[in-house]
Amino acid sequence: MSAVRPTLVLFFILTVLTGVIYPALVTGAAQLLFKDQAEGSIVFKEVEGQRIAIGSKLIGQNFTSPKYFWARPSATSPAYNAAASSGSNLGPTNKDFIAAVNDRVKAIKAANPGWDNSKKIPVDLVTASGSGLDPDISPEAASLQLARVAHARELPLEAVAKLVSAHTEKRMLGFLGEPRVNVLELNLALDDLR
Amino acid sequence: MISTGVLQLSIYTIVLIALAIPLGNYMAQVYSRNVGAQARDPVTNSLLWCESKIYSLARIDATAEMGWFAYAQCFLIFNAAGMLFVYAIQRLQPLLPGNPENLSGVSPDCAFNTAVSFASNTNWQSYSGETTMSYLTQMLALTSQNFLSAAAGMTVLVALIRAFARQQADSVGNFFVDLVRSIIFILLPLSTVLALTLVSLGVVQTFNGSLEYKPVEALSLNYKSTDSSHLAKLARGPVASQIAIKQLGTNGGGFFGVNSCHPFENSGALSNFLEMLAILLIPAALCQTFGKMVGSQKNGLALLSAMTFIFLLLLSVCYGFENAGNPAFTTLGIDQLSSDINSGGNMEGKEVRFGVANSALWAVATTAASNGSVNSMHDSFTPMAGLVPMLLMQLGEVVFGGVGSGLYGMVVFALITVFIAGLMVGRTPEYLGKKIEAYEIKMASLVILFPPMMVLLGTALAVSVSAGTVAVLNPGAHGFSEILYAFSSASNNNGSAFAGLSVNTPFYNYALGVSMFVGRYMLAIPVLALAGSLAAKKKIEAGNGTMATDNWLFVALLIGVVMIFGGLTFVPSLALGPVVEQLQMTFER
Repeated sequence: MSAVRPTLVLFFILTVLTGVIYPALVTGAAQLLFKDQAEGSIVFKEVEGQRIAIGSKLIGQNFTSPKYFWARPSATSPAYNAAASSGSNLGPTNKDFIAAVNDRVKAIKAANPGWDNSKKIPVDLVTASGSGLDPDISPEAASLQLARVAHARELPLEAVAKLVSAHTEKRMLGFLGEPRVNVLELNLALDDLR
Repeated sequence: MISTGVLQLSIYTIVLIALAIPLGNYMAQVYSRNVGAQARDPVTNSLLWCESKIYSLARIDATAEMGWFAYAQCFLIFNAAGMLFVYAIQRLQPLLPGNPENLSGVSPDCAFNTAVSFASNTNWQSYSGETTMSYLTQMLALTSQNFLSAAAGMTVLVALIRAFARQQADSVGNFFVDLVRSIIFILLPLSTVLALTLVSLGVVQTFNGSLEYKPVEALSLNYKSTDSSHLAKLARGPVASQIAIKQLGTNGGGFFGVNSCHPFENSGALSNFLEMLAILLIPAALCQTFGKMVGSQKNGLALLSAMTFIFLLLLSVCYGFENAGNPAFTTLGIDQLSSDINSGGNMEGKEVRFGVANSALWAVATTAASNGSVNSMHDSFTPMAGLVPMLLMQLGEVVFGGVGSGLYGMVVFALITVFIAGLMVGRTPEYLGKKIEAYEIKMASLVILFPPMMVLLGTALAVSVSAGTVAVLNPGAHGFSEILYAFSSASNNNGSAFAGLSVNTPFYNYALGVSMFVGRYMLAIPVLALAGSLAAKKKIEAGNGTMATDNWLFVALLIGVVMIFGGLTFVPSLALGPVVEQLQMTFER
């Protein structure tokens, strides 16, 4: 078995090349060229003279107060736990799943005063995302919450609507991906409004 | 909107084929040792320098030729070393550096499963990455195996291609050279470029450990206090470098538990498009490499056409059912119609930035190739849409398939096809000028019979013991689908899952570990034996009675053989799972 020695030596050389040198090289280049993205696109804010991290613009956060736009349901525990991502993995015919969706529909109707019962709820707002950290909602899911947010903040509806359309990201080049609204960025812009 | 969805799927397919042809030509040069034969640029020069340095360090004679048996020996020793190494690193992780989260050692059954999984290019993950594996383990054991197992798959294919190209030869190439060249000239450069592009789009790449932050709502509630209450944690790591190779090498094992659903692994529409291209790029390009190296590009394109046809057919089924959404939702007053302002379709387990079209496309691409990464949760797909990925794996991962392993699987199906056609007209079957005889068909039969056997026996075992059934998350037919999916995935070296199944148990870790082992090595060895026997044969000129293997008739026959073989084997079990569930969903309300 003269093949054993060269095979093993080759294995260790290639392991070091692809497992140490390659990631180190990529990390070095990434930190040099795209520091902000490589560190997680972190959003900072001045609080009492201190610059603190308040999240990443790519990672969704949980919002429950009526004065914020709400994100999608999250299957992580607790919701939007960015230390342990998870989907629900519930199947389409699972009775618990249908019941949970039904509850979410009711909760949305109750939370948005003056609800018009003929109005339909966009599907993304009552289903859990794959990661449990989805930063986005659909434009329709944002416009559904307009009245509630404007009311809670005592702002004119048009001012909030304008903010939403400014934060709506269309399909890339007109066809790639899906239209969406980044909830964290929208809510931060709301806080800046007043 | 269905038209935007169809447009995205079409553009993807066109870009894929357009990139695959030139890459295929380049890879043919790599394996024929013609890189840099003409004008040399500094990049090629440094890669060539790297290559020769590796040979001299390992004291390898790069000019030596190997017979199939010696080639297979090196392949096996190399893989055994990989398994032992990955196992050891996981077990010793708390004693080693590069563990900023202080994670404990991985359990023996999980470590065994992961070792087989990553060495066999499956990348089934029974664990959740960010809470189980240290940075060192992720890089030194897992990222490296992403390269090594992919390259090992490519060596087996290259040996088989040479067997067709050569005649009366007693050798099929040099395992070391094919391995090193796959890594140095193909996988490493492509991965580096893709990784850095992904970082520019938001995929993280850092050794700085997880980050504590104060969520916006917590901040607004106690605005005045600077205490550390309500702090949340953001998991990060050297992600992009692993994502690039997990996509390119049809590995699929992500950094995070939810794989490419995670915004740090897949940040937006463009990163998603690039990651999806990377899934099928090399497997598709290898068809062109094959054609080029055996001296008939039309034969390579015939295989590529058969793959593309099956791919598009099943893609339309999956997208159609996902876009239709869940019928149970209509009575709840939920809008499932996709448009410019609404995601629409079945959005459970999907991200808004990808929507239904890109999630269905990814699911079909990742299971057509033996990739197994996900950008949505397959367990939450509508039943018939979930059947598609399952079927694609059960067909033997030959529709594009794994890097190397997909095409050698498809070539085996081509041999079966000429054999069946030959039986029908009573002539000795030939493929690319080589007579296909009893020995070749025996080896080919092993290749197509082992994975279905492991899928069906494994599923049967798991549904008969309580250790198998307690793991199920969803009740009824869907629970059966979860188990069937797990064994289809492991036995065909895919690695994706109906992730509701709790598989990090000794029963599943060992059962699926064995399935992955058989699904890789009990196929690769017969293929190398096949290569040895074909290489020794004379090439015969095509005569009047030779069936052409580069025209549409052959493509149609090949598609028929793949679909009928897979169909006959798996229709009964698919009927018990997704088909029953679809009928229940449609009629039982």
